[in-house]
Amino acid sequence: MAMTGVLRPGHMQLRVLDIEESVKFYKDVVGLVETGRDASGRVYFKAWDERDHNSLILREADRAGVDFFAFKVLDKATLEKLDADLQAYGLKTERIPAGDLLETGERVRFEIPTGHLIELYAEKTDVGNGLGYTNPNPWCAQSEHGIAPTRLDHCLLYGPDIDGALDIFTKVLGFYLVEHVLLEDGKTNLAIWLSCSHKAHDIAFVRHPEPGKLHHVSFLLETWEDVLRAADIMSMNKSSIDIGPTRHGITRGTTIYAFDNSGNRYEVFCGGYQPYPDSHPITWTWDEVGTGIFFHDRALNDRFLSVVT
Amino acid sequence: MATYYNVTIEETGETYRCSTEQSLLTGMERLGKKGVPVGCRSGGCGVCKIEIVEGTFTKKVMSREYVSVEEEAAGKVLACRVYPSSDIRLRVLGKMAKNVCKVAALEADTALLG
Repeated sequence: MAMTGVLRPGHMQLRVLDIEESVKFYKDVVGLVETGRDASGRVYFKAWDERDHNSLILREADRAGVDFFAFKVLDKATLEKLDADLQAYGLKTERIPAGDLLETGERVRFEIPTGHLIELYAEKTDVGNGLGYTNPNPWCAQSEHGIAPTRLDHCLLYGPDIDGALDIFTKVLGFYLVEHVLLEDGKTNLAIWLSCSHKAHDIAFVRHPEPGKLHHVSFLLETWEDVLRAADIMSMNKSSIDIGPTRHGITRGTTIYAFDNSGNRYEVFCGGYQPYPDSHPITWTWDEVGTGIFFHDRALNDRFLSVVT
Repeated sequence: MATYYNVTIEETGETYRCSTEQSLLTGMERLGKKGVPVGCRSGGCGVCKIEIVEGTFTKKVMSREYVSVEEEAAGKVLACRVYPSSDIRLRVLGKMAKNVCKVAALEADTALLG
């Protein structure tokens, strides 16, 4: 399909409690590539196979969690149009000047009803994946260091008004609903998985009383074997594993969840399926929500469901 | 060689040995003991909050979202960021939030009523 409008998740700024400890963790355990540091002390990373300058930005703070999550849009005209559309919808938007984030153009920032800051931008410097654009090799040293996911894939955010978020993402930003979990009443969404592309999810939300919370940020691996290797690397580094390796019923992904050294949950996963905008959404009912979340256990897990930053 | 101390959880009377190189939470988990709820194990989520009733310890940075400066000074800390330097008696303050489905269901009910 032709991809226009919002292209993909582009970057997330994450709060960490100790920046140097976290840099070491994201470099050597997760296996991301450090690409820069700015005057305010933020540290920039990308996954090895990503071509744009950064996708994860760490900021030292006294509490963990997410500052903002951003999507790259096709071009500057698209950015202008979406900004106007968001304002016409009734949202207040803010312009963050080019260069505020290293190698990143102007950003349009707005708050959604779950209490999260979402950004759109059109420009980020292409630094390449290290393989070159002519006669490239299939992999490189960076692809073999640490867990080494290929890209930032999606995030799952917790907040109160997920219906409001669904409305904005589907009506203004061109996303479509891929899967959802219903509450006992058979009508109210407990959780939603949304795509702006051909992926099973680009962003997801769970209904939760506290606003602005991060459940996890997710990175893509290519095989189930890579997920098992990730589990080994986590334990070899005495890193805190939450749950897995296992499979989700929802999206069918094979996965492992763990915590970074500030308590932010991250996922590395592979698989799932490729929906299109005309794909019928998949519904998980209240009585099978445990199966939807962890297909092998078929049961809910309190820590996975309730620990957020 | 690592030095070990006795850690006692007041509520349950459970006692376990914890080395100076392990956090109180990791020490508990490694021996398969229970009593302090386990969250992120990294100082960020506040689930393993405890009060040190007796004993001395060293600590690493923990999220201000869940532990204020005053609380930290008063020994109200996160078990995953605290390492024993003597025998320890602790009281459990943190708890796992209620299952999100129950919370959400309750909210939806209230919304329908309201």
